[in-house]
Amino acid sequence: MDIPKDRFYTKSHEWALPEGDTVLVGITDYAQDALGDVVYVELPEVGRKVEKGEAVAVVESVKTASDIYAPVAGEVVEVNAALEKTPELINQDPYGEGWIFRLRPLDMGHLDDLLDADGYAEALESEA
Amino acid sequence: MDYTPHTEEEIRAMLERVGAERLEDLFAHLPPEILNPPIALPEPEPEWAVLEALRRLSEKNKPAPKAFLGGGVRSHHTPPVVQALGARGEFLTAYTPYQPEVSQGVLQATFEYQTMMAELTGLEVANASMYDGATALAEGVLLALRETGRMRVLVSQGVHPEYREVLRSYLEAVGAELLTLSLEGGRTPRVAVPEDVGAVVAQNPNFLGALEDLAPLAEAAHGAGALFVAVADPLSLGLLKPPGAYGADIAVGDGQVLGLPLGFGGPHFGYLATKKAFVRQLPGRLVSETRDVEGKRGFILTLQAREQYIRRAKAKSNITTNAQLTALMGAMYLAALGPEGLKEVALAGVAAAHRLYGLLREIPGVEPFTPEPFFNEFVLRLPKPPEAVRRALAQRGFHAATPVPREYGENLALFAATELHTEADLLALRDALKEVLA
Amino acid sequence: MSFPLIFERSRKGRRGLKLVKEVPRAEAYIPQAFLRQDPPRLPEVDELTLVRHYTGLSRRQVGVDTTFYPLGSCTMKYNPKLHEEAVHLFAYLHPYQDPQTVQGALQLMWELGEYLKAITGMDEITLQPAAGAHGELTGILIIRAYHEDRGEGKERRLVLVPDSAHGSNPATASMAGYEVKEVPSGPDGEVDLEALKRELGPHVAAIMLTNPNTLGLFERRILEISRLAKEAGVQLYYDGANLNAIMGWARPGDMGFDVVHLNLHKTFTVPHGGGGPGSGPVGVKAHLAPYLPVPTVARGEEGFYLDFQRPKSIGRVRSFYGNFLALVRAWVYIRTLGLEGLKKAAALSVLNARYLKELLKEKGFRVPYDAPCMHEFVAQPPQGFRALDLAKGLLELGFHPPTVYFPLIVKEALMVEPTETEGKETLEAFAEALGELLQKPKEWLEGAPYSTPVRRLDELRANRSPKLTYFDE
Repeated sequence: MDIPKDRFYTKSHEWALPEGDTVLVGITDYAQDALGDVVYVELPEVGRKVEKGEAVAVVESVKTASDIYAPVAGEVVEVNAALEKTPELINQDPYGEGWIFRLRPLDMGHLDDLLDADGYAEALESEA
Repeated sequence: MDYTPHTEEEIRAMLERVGAERLEDLFAHLPPEILNPPIALPEPEPEWAVLEALRRLSEKNKPAPKAFLGGGVRSHHTPPVVQALGARGEFLTAYTPYQPEVSQGVLQATFEYQTMMAELTGLEVANASMYDGATALAEGVLLALRETGRMRVLVSQGVHPEYREVLRSYLEAVGAELLTLSLEGGRTPRVAVPEDVGAVVAQNPNFLGALEDLAPLAEAAHGAGALFVAVADPLSLGLLKPPGAYGADIAVGDGQVLGLPLGFGGPHFGYLATKKAFVRQLPGRLVSETRDVEGKRGFILTLQAREQYIRRAKAKSNITTNAQLTALMGAMYLAALGPEGLKEVALAGVAAAHRLYGLLREIPGVEPFTPEPFFNEFVLRLPKPPEAVRRALAQRGFHAATPVPREYGENLALFAATELHTEADLLALRDALKEVLA
Repeated sequence: MSFPLIFERSRKGRRGLKLVKEVPRAEAYIPQAFLRQDPPRLPEVDELTLVRHYTGLSRRQVGVDTTFYPLGSCTMKYNPKLHEEAVHLFAYLHPYQDPQTVQGALQLMWELGEYLKAITGMDEITLQPAAGAHGELTGILIIRAYHEDRGEGKERRLVLVPDSAHGSNPATASMAGYEVKEVPSGPDGEVDLEALKRELGPHVAAIMLTNPNTLGLFERRILEISRLAKEAGVQLYYDGANLNAIMGWARPGDMGFDVVHLNLHKTFTVPHGGGGPGSGPVGVKAHLAPYLPVPTVARGEEGFYLDFQRPKSIGRVRSFYGNFLALVRAWVYIRTLGLEGLKKAAALSVLNARYLKELLKEKGFRVPYDAPCMHEFVAQPPQGFRALDLAKGLLELGFHPPTVYFPLIVKEALMVEPTETEGKETLEAFAEALGELLQKPKEWLEGAPYSTPVRRLDELRANRSPKLTYFDE
């Protein structure tokens, strides 16, 4: 299972990649595999203020739907509009083209509370 | 008689296999203090005796196969061909088509139903059915509130009063506010829609039977960022401009008028149609066309992530069982009539109602109440309380004069006519009413 | 060849039913502006084509009449033909007729209400809800009105459901404006009493339980649960989906439940109709009676009447009085079976489930919560098999599969409810079929079914680009 070292992770299988004063958020390879073929993504509104752990987006596959939580508190500044037409990007490229939304965190320092790649790998193992 | 096939010997063998001696043992792990409570029920009877008892009960009713009563349910012809096809055991005794490979009958028929309701309403999609018109309205309004993120609803008093009551129950549940727009002269007035309203609701023909031009109200709704929800009798849509054509985002109604028996009010079915853009907010089941592994066309439940068994607390609605069979019978009726036949049935009712209106308003003391133009129902003001008039007419063999709730005025009664009512029927009712009011 | 759609059978100008002798002119009555410009594109077919179409469709459909249908939590028992005859006697009553002319219908409703109260041990009842989930909504709204009336509405904002609950339970609680919290099941598959105790408090409005639960297990600590609920001022809600297992033997009312909904289309054998219409009466204890929907049916000196006098009512939840013709069927069923018959039916539904469970264990299926089950049980296929593939394999062998992937707490779940109307040999044939499937090559299973009207369908396509009507491009 692919877990890039350049970003942070949550136990609920989101990743957070810092870019300047924002973070890009998506779901992990493990999560997309567990969900199966993604058929629809419900994206948040740009400008929405969110708390850490708040459900921000929904990723739907044929048989299930999964909430995507904000890894840190902040404001949604951009969403990946490409997912509206091609939700399968999440399956094809979960860490790249399949990003879901961009947050401007209240405090970039909050990212340090998240898991790193090794920590996430461990969390996955204990889940299995 | 209990419909179980087990012989005594089989029961013994099966009990032995599961480690029990007697049937009672199967309940031995239940708390003893609740086991075998005294329950008073009538003694079981063979089926002929049960039927006889039921027949005795039914003889205390005076059936109304040709009622002049209206108000959401009307006497129409119930075609034997629809009754026969709807009674097919395969349709009758299936459940939700979760296994599409062996459920193509229900799935395809539902796909066809969805198509017919979309055509009738002039909208793009319809779900597989709701319980009835009133709950379809409530769910349609909840859809609009989800879509707009608002919590206020403006509903015309022209909407069936019972539908508004059901809507109120559903809205109170989620803490949304219901504002009522009083009729003026029997029609919904043109008003400005407040900016925080998420749904505007009106009915055409309205509860009084009057035809309403709802385009300006729909426009006002859209101007305020609200969705417009139309309540429409599906039979009327064989003749009248469809809700989609006057700006409705959502259309709902009750399917009883499509050839289903009155059934003392149910089961019928509710339809809920909307635009494709809102399909992810639709409650209830939806069927999509697709292909099987060999490329053969087939049908399957889709967008199930909206529904309770997947989304649980975050589902769009809790609806599970709907009104599938009655909805399919509605579709059979529409197919049996076709566009011309449907229009003719609608027209026959319109003509009969206008003839009846002409006859009844001539009776001394009777005043017209519903403004013209109206459809196949109309309200009159009677010189006596409508409950008493209805009873007196019933004693003369006529089911007519539905009492109209007092919110619309005093001594009002609703009359309806359909394709079933001949000139002789109309004259006979006129004579009876004359006598009753004399 | 695909089976044609009714629209593809349509020929311009062809007519089925002609119901009007002389067709009036629309313009004589209705201004042009109100008339539709384009006719709806409804099919144009003759009556025989119509009959062949729907008969053909019915042959592409299985039901209890054709096939063993052990769909867990759905009680797919035989639907007696007697009931279909019976409804004709009541088909032509209008809901707004003079009440004096519907005394038989009102009496039937009143009597059925009495029977259902007796069977559930409740004090009052409404027959208005149109389905089980509709009954749930009604019941939870009643509970909400009760708490509000006592001034506790603002505080009690939470509804507890077990993690094994039907999805409709949490969905209902949400619709009624409540927060929902799942309570984990214990290792024995029953409600974890300690976990429940931790959640109970003045912030909780209700607990929704199914008993027997969705694992088919009777909640043996139910009296303890209801005592705890009562102490915490929490209302106990009974989801009646599984009442078939215990009807006549034990009553939710005696277990301490405050509200009960019934699924007449399950327990009382109203046909499921491919997904409805059903009927979901709600029974309540006396303290909740003031909040029932209006109208209810009452008996007075001058006969039966619709009672609208209930100032604290939650209002209406449906137009008119409910799915009346479903009520007629339930009345007939109860009158045919009597208490003795209901008890026997319940006992044999349990016996069938336990017997089938033993047969499946013998074939290598696992039963994760292997306590004495009631009318249904949840099994898992042996390692390496997917519930989905076994379900599809069963279709090939002529059976309707059990409910799969539910309850969510069991992986690869097969939830089997045989019902009492199936014979020993059917259960044995079903177990043999499942055993046979375990011997099939993996590829065969993954490709099944083969000889059904269609084979496995492309769900992805249906979800990514749904085509929801014939004219949809």
